[in-house]
Amino acid sequence: MSKHSKEGKKFLSDKSKASWHDDTLWGVRKKRDRAVSMIDDWEVLRERASSVKERVLDNLEEYILQFENSARNNGVIVHRAKNGSELNSIILNLLKSRGFTRVVKSKSMLTEECSLNHFLEYNGIEVVDTDLGERIIQFRGESPSHIVLPAIHLKREEIGETFHNRIGTPAGCSDPIQLTAAARVHLRSKFLNAQAAITGVNFAVAESGTVVICTNEGNADMGLNASAKLHIHCMGMEKIVPTFGDLAIFTRLLARNATGQAITTYTSHYTLPDEDCEMHIVILDNGRSERLRNPIFRNSLKCIRCGACMNTCPVYRRSGGHSYRYLIPGPIGSIIAPFGNCQNVSKKSQNNQNERIYSDLPFASSLCGSCSSVCPVKIDIHNQLYQWRQILTRKKQVSPIKRVVMKFVGKILASHLLYSYAGKIARLAIRISPRVLIYNRLNAWGLERELPVPPKESFNEWFRRTQKS
Amino acid sequence: MEKRRFKVGLFIPCYIDQFYPQVGIATFELLKKLGSDIGYPLNQTCCGQPLANSGSEHEALGVYAAFVKNFRSFDYVVSPSGSCVYHVKKHYDILVGSGLVPDEDVNKVRNNIFELCEFITKILGVDDTCAYFPHKVGIHQSCHGLRGLGLGRESELAGSGEGVGVVERLLSKVRGAEIIELSRKDECCGFGGTFSVFEPAISVSMGRSRVSDHIANGAEYITATDVSCLMHMEGIIRRESLDVKVVHIAEILNSSLNE
Repeated sequence: MSKHSKEGKKFLSDKSKASWHDDTLWGVRKKRDRAVSMIDDWEVLRERASSVKERVLDNLEEYILQFENSARNNGVIVHRAKNGSELNSIILNLLKSRGFTRVVKSKSMLTEECSLNHFLEYNGIEVVDTDLGERIIQFRGESPSHIVLPAIHLKREEIGETFHNRIGTPAGCSDPIQLTAAARVHLRSKFLNAQAAITGVNFAVAESGTVVICTNEGNADMGLNASAKLHIHCMGMEKIVPTFGDLAIFTRLLARNATGQAITTYTSHYTLPDEDCEMHIVILDNGRSERLRNPIFRNSLKCIRCGACMNTCPVYRRSGGHSYRYLIPGPIGSIIAPFGNCQNVSKKSQNNQNERIYSDLPFASSLCGSCSSVCPVKIDIHNQLYQWRQILTRKKQVSPIKRVVMKFVGKILASHLLYSYAGKIARLAIRISPRVLIYNRLNAWGLERELPVPPKESFNEWFRRTQKS
Repeated sequence: MEKRRFKVGLFIPCYIDQFYPQVGIATFELLKKLGSDIGYPLNQTCCGQPLANSGSEHEALGVYAAFVKNFRSFDYVVSPSGSCVYHVKKHYDILVGSGLVPDEDVNKVRNNIFELCEFITKILGVDDTCAYFPHKVGIHQSCHGLRGLGLGRESELAGSGEGVGVVERLLSKVRGAEIIELSRKDECCGFGGTFSVFEPAISVSMGRSRVSDHIANGAEYITATDVSCLMHMEGIIRRESLDVKVVHIAEILNSSLNE
């Protein structure tokens, strides 16, 4: 049994929580459906977004250079990081050289990818995640289970308990309004005392050197505008959009597709450094160039991290984000995980390690295709999962038993004689065997399902008997 | 009805052949009565999808080649399974250039293979099969037919699109049949080929959720273009003694042609 399968089974064993998780995320999908139905040209927008990203990926290095130049002309300092550890040390050096030890950070999957928090904490820096969901899981020492709703695996009672232990809310209090108010007070003091602010980046506009940050809580803006003098924006190299005109396409798509909102509460553009402040941008590669060169998976770099493929995925909704064991769960994460750009990987051998660790993820899908159809930039997600299955099998990253069985089945199905013989035996065996022989733990189908009642005669036999003229 | 001029090859997928011959018989009778000149190549086996979905499409090349050899002489290939048809259309690309069978034969089969309902409505131009099925029916939209072949409008897509899908079109003409609405109209049932045995807990949870949606909305029967989805849901229905039955769309459409 694969790791995902085991984890998923465990997640489902808490029936009421699992069904709440499924319903809640399906609710987000329905909100998304309502929001996109109000846009007449939604499908046209998706097509345009996809083609803008295509153009960016075709000319990525040129667009990055244009972005760097524009940003430098604005007085911004731009850094490039080949991998996670480079990004981490760039940031640590910036902090250390100024003697800063207190950092606030807004939501950023990219810094999760580099394990920046752990690295900075290890080096004596206090990092406070200021997005409410991120703060909750930071308190609990967990990883996000969803890229937009990082604490969606938790119920409010669990959050109440965490807050009681960490910020002293009354025991037993699980009222969302009270808990949010307490978090607000707690975070306010962090904002006011921060020396540096780190943010993620949703879009980076090449023509102007602007970084665009979308939040609902305004926490990125609080971090940047309260007291921090050092502003560091971390972005993946694929976040570039050429112009403001192109940006408009994506800001129309992002929030609608992510949560069903017309737009995020805050969509902030940062172009120039504030007075008395330094503005830095770190552009990370971390395996993206390698993915860009791969004709099958290149498309996945179009992802704008809306999370809609998770909300719509019936497998994700029933297994929870942590069952994927990778920082980006769900359908899109299952494409990225085996690549292994998450763990400061630079050597080829380590990539193979990720292929092994995450070899079950491309199989953790019924290939229903709903992910590809909700994707705002039209990534053919389920086809890429299908392709990963072929690649991982060829590279012997699936169990040897499975490979031998498949070879055997391939031989049987290629010959009518063998096939009809095997079919006859199987039907007979199911008919005459005692139930205990058929329904046991070796029969994964029969654990919770009946097998079909086998007929005496196959269609082929019927046809030969009745239509033989 | 007058015989059509083209020759139709009937593909009965392996699990229908072995476990649901009545669906194959209904398909055969229905097509015959709608005037098709049908041939059923006796040496057929499987489309190879179980291997490919498990990551072993390289082991399936021989199966693919056998499929093409069996069906290349027909003008059309028709099958009561959207999933198998989608697989041939979408994934037989690796057979092109393999040298196992001529490329033109591969392309001919891929371009001319149809799921049953699509064949009836689009190629035969028939909407009404004069069937009689006096029951409340829930349509399970099998994913490969819906999203892969475009047999209907996916709920994910915005705008009106092509409106009513081929299954609804045919079923709405069936005398006595009442189509029920679902709260999640096209969510996957969780069969997913070998997914059903590699991830059994999640697969069953998905199936259970589909079945209860149909029951909650009053369905007496769940129908689909694919027996695979129905086999999975039927397995759950029988294990849990639930009050709903499954029936393939071909069985409904063929239900009263004799009467």
